[in-house]
Amino acid sequence: MQDTPAKHTDDKKAIVGTTGHEWDGIQELNNPLPRWWLWTFYACVLWAIGYWVVYPAIPLVSSFTQGTFGWHSRSAVVADLDGLKTLRAPMNAKIEAASLADIEKTPELLSFARAQGSAAFAVNCSPCHGAGAQGFKGYPNLNDDDWLWGGSLDAIYTTLQHGIRWDADKDTRSSMMPSFGKDGILKPAEISVVADYVRSLSGLSTDKDADLAAGQKIFADNCAACHGDKGEGNQEMGAPKLNDKIWLYGSDKSVIMERITLGGGGIMPAWGARLDNPTIKSLAVYVHTLGGGQ
Amino acid sequence: MDGIAPKKLTIGEIGLSVIMAGLAVFAIFVAAKAWTPEYAFHAYLFAAAAVAAVFAIANRYLSRPAITPQEIDGKPNYNFGPVKFATLAAMFWGIAGFTVGLYIALELAWPIFNLDLPWTSFGRLRPLHTSAVIFAFGGNVLLATSFYVVQRTCRARLAGDLAPWFVILGYNFFIVIAGTGYLLGITQGKEYAEPEWYSDSWLTIVWVTYLLVFLGTLWKRKEPHIYVANWFYLAFIVTIAVLHLGNNAAIPVSLFSSKSYIVWSGVQDAMIQWWYGHNAVGFFLTAGFLAIVYYFIPKRAERPVYSYRLSIIHFWALIFMYIWAGPHHLHYTALPDWAQTLGMTFSIMLWMPSWGGMINGLMTLSGAWDKLRTDPVLRMMVVSVAFYGMATFEGPVMSIKSVNSLSHYTDWGIGHVHSGALGWVAYVSFGAMYCLVPWLWNKREVYSLKLVNWHFWVSTIGIVFYITSMWVAGIMQGLMWRAYTALGFLEYSFVETTEAMHPMYIIRALGGGMFLAGAVIMAYNLYMTIRSPEPVALGNRAALVPGE
Repeated sequence: MQDTPAKHTDDKKAIVGTTGHEWDGIQELNNPLPRWWLWTFYACVLWAIGYWVVYPAIPLVSSFTQGTFGWHSRSAVVADLDGLKTLRAPMNAKIEAASLADIEKTPELLSFARAQGSAAFAVNCSPCHGAGAQGFKGYPNLNDDDWLWGGSLDAIYTTLQHGIRWDADKDTRSSMMPSFGKDGILKPAEISVVADYVRSLSGLSTDKDADLAAGQKIFADNCAACHGDKGEGNQEMGAPKLNDKIWLYGSDKSVIMERITLGGGGIMPAWGARLDNPTIKSLAVYVHTLGGGQ
Repeated sequence: MDGIAPKKLTIGEIGLSVIMAGLAVFAIFVAAKAWTPEYAFHAYLFAAAAVAAVFAIANRYLSRPAITPQEIDGKPNYNFGPVKFATLAAMFWGIAGFTVGLYIALELAWPIFNLDLPWTSFGRLRPLHTSAVIFAFGGNVLLATSFYVVQRTCRARLAGDLAPWFVILGYNFFIVIAGTGYLLGITQGKEYAEPEWYSDSWLTIVWVTYLLVFLGTLWKRKEPHIYVANWFYLAFIVTIAVLHLGNNAAIPVSLFSSKSYIVWSGVQDAMIQWWYGHNAVGFFLTAGFLAIVYYFIPKRAERPVYSYRLSIIHFWALIFMYIWAGPHHLHYTALPDWAQTLGMTFSIMLWMPSWGGMINGLMTLSGAWDKLRTDPVLRMMVVSVAFYGMATFEGPVMSIKSVNSLSHYTDWGIGHVHSGALGWVAYVSFGAMYCLVPWLWNKREVYSLKLVNWHFWVSTIGIVFYITSMWVAGIMQGLMWRAYTALGFLEYSFVETTEAMHPMYIIRALGGGMFLAGAVIMAYNLYMTIRSPEPVALGNRAALVPGE
């Protein structure tokens, strides 16, 4: 500890002197607090105290200070959402009153329904069906005219409202393909033969030694009841068309064999439990107008 | 073996060997009954490390002198072995952490890099990156510099004989357990506090030892007063201990399981998590690194610290206010409004106390600004203080609720964190390491100041790419999320926002790559410094005193 002025006597700042200590060659000047720093600090503290008066701030025994205007983030978000509802209410009243077909025919209703449907689709549907409704393996493309459960406005609305194989909704679309392989209904060799036949329905190549006649027999006995004699499908049962080039899981023979072996089918939630009716109607119109609606 | 005093095993050596041997047996017992192979692997790591510790203690006993003197010729006999180890460990973990960071940046730009494997998925690599850079790189820098600075500014050898080594090696062992745990999927799912109960317990033992070594050295000091850098180190060590214990209060499912459950629940758990999370920033990444500023900048610039008064005021204001600011991470959540208000207002009041450190760091340069042209090491540290000032202004701004409603959950947060992490924490660490390595290995200067200059420019441009791309991405994302059409519907889907940010993600990865390249240049430079054949004669350097 030495009581010398700063080492650097050439320094203007050294006029203020040092604290007189030195640690490993480091000294400290005794400059005052910068004024602007101090006043900005005070201003921040004053602003904070003001904020505590205006907004909820101090915890009490069983509550907290409410602030001058009684502002709360929860009531604020409720007010925001109510504002949106009010903004949409007149149009939604019209949507609710009109039939699905009328919505599509009235330009004003159509543009509102498509806007509401597109926003609801992005939040609720795109995770499975894709942002452009293009679908993924196991999740149908909604832009084309190939529909599992029907592509009319009413059919789409029913699918949205009640879902597919969604047990919580008693009106859900529920028919399901049997697990032909897993449950031993067909032997692996038979599955292979019928898979070749299924490929032949849409003109795809088959194994050289494929016994299509045997395949046709197995198909007629096990599959035709739902998928139709020529694989034309049945929207009442959600049985896909097998004689076109559109495949939900893929057209490889191995994929077809896997589907026959496992059976079952995809699941879609019943949105009636989560979205209000105008939103579901809007979604139905939106999906119907994507390009493939019937 | 020919000392004057007969060499004896110390109580510490005997005691620690017995404890470590016991730990090895216990760990093997746990491994044998472990519920999962991942946990058994960790138990075996504990056993292997404990056995290695016994051998290391024996080996050290055979090679050490009978008595380690506290002073040689009236000068302190500094204990720099652990400091050297932590410095090298910091360089190693830094490169590792930056590399993982670059990799996950590439994963975000091109998800194919996830490789469809659990171990390389973003969810596991992200905590590996954050822990590697904060706790492994930053932690080793803090250990190295604190053990160096406390000795030099107290003119006393580190307290304890084995304890400093236990702290350094024990801490790095914690890093290994934590990091391998993330890859294996062992996590308690609390951000920046992911390690499970057994790693946390081990860290507690190491950290308390760290505190005792630090306090013991202060106690032994030959200076009448405690230097300001040591206040900051002490605040960092004590507060991190409190935060660690509070946030990791958990009950293990079994001694034989890695899984535990936190005692806090719901919004209380969220509050404690962000009380911890924000003060990990405040006390680990701010207080600790301000200590580095207070020693290394005046030392390198050869100027006195600007204002002692400012250092007192901003120290107490900083540590009093930081601890309240955590709730600003939970704006517009289930956290009660009054707590959000306090978190926000204390963040605003924290602005000037944070800037006190910046003023003291920058103004210490007054009269020596010309050195910024010639000394890239000093320039690096000064730029770090400038980034510190920028980040500690941006932070209070982002804590304002109306700003936060735009910035929260977006990449603006990532940009903010990295302007602090890359620009401030890493830069001041690099500057300190460029100083420390020549000092510790008795060299005149780093191998090449030209390479330091290259490191500076490559990484500075990298930082600019990183933070500007994240600002743009974050603000764009926030605006897209809240955009409503005239009819009252959301304009964009989430997927559309990620698509819009894709170019920014590529620029971010480029910036991260440049930052990593700078660190590789640094590692080469430090390696060549250590290997350099021209040691400084001890007499030539007044500041240098014989090391270990």
